[in-house]
Amino acid sequence: MDLKLGHYNKDGIEVVDVEGEIDVYTAPRLRELLIDLVNKNNYQLVVNMEKVEFLDSTGLGVLVGGLKRVRAHDGSLDLVCTQERILKIFRITGLTKVFGIHDTVDQAIAAKKSEK
Amino acid sequence: MATVEVTFTPLPAHVRTARLVATAVARRSGVDEALLDEVRLAVGEACSRAVEAHQRHCPAEPVRIEMTDQDERFVVTVSDHAPTAPARPSASGPAAPAAASDSAGHDSAGHDSAGQDGAGYEGAGYDGGSAIPAGFGLAVISGLADDVRVLSTSSGVSVRMSWPSTAATS
Repeated sequence: MDLKLGHYNKDGIEVVDVEGEIDVYTAPRLRELLIDLVNKNNYQLVVNMEKVEFLDSTGLGVLVGGLKRVRAHDGSLDLVCTQERILKIFRITGLTKVFGIHDTVDQAIAAKKSEK
Repeated sequence: MATVEVTFTPLPAHVRTARLVATAVARRSGVDEALLDEVRLAVGEACSRAVEAHQRHCPAEPVRIEMTDQDERFVVTVSDHAPTAPARPSASGPAAPAAASDSAGHDSAGHDSAGQDGAGYEGAGYDGGSAIPAGFGLAVISGLADDVRVLSTSSGVSVRMSWPSTAATS
């Protein structure tokens, strides 16, 4: 499956919906979207990975790159993911310690608000 | 089971095809369903690595994957023909060695540099600026397959991975 991307604003936080496979071929599109959102001054991001079917190190690189960009503006990038097959690569790479990972978009947004 | 070989033009678009084929062959070889996601991810990582290397060094050469059953193990070998020496000086980022287990002579010098600014990696999905260190893909593979060997020669790198399989009935 190709990659489908969408985004919307909820309670001042930009939520990015990702569906499909994030790999070396499709990851550039996600990267461009994250860059575009940051360039438009969106520094509080939540990436919803619940419909992601595949994620490799290229995709991880894009997410880490996005995290770096928002942090440069004191922002944050959190993830929504409950799929064990996707969480596995975060665990293998130790990136569960880097990203906030939540079960739902609402929980991610609530967590961000409570940080403020 | 007979060996299955796949060669493909080193383009990111073909990596998905390669991992789908590997998963199908692994299933047919009797690899446990619970391990198929690992096969898919590991083969994808190895192919992505090889594609990147070919795009940098030999874009006209195909990447090759061999899949076979050996001693009740499903074995996948992804081979590239990119020389281990870098084609051009690295713009940025350390060439961190991969954490591959059982590596034999793995040479990470200039290899898999995942953060070279403007080095044509934009299309490969790498974030210019070393978001992910070099060798990360191989480190991921090491976490997914309990038997990983990386053989690096002057003519290229082979990444050999294997998983347990039941004896196939043909």
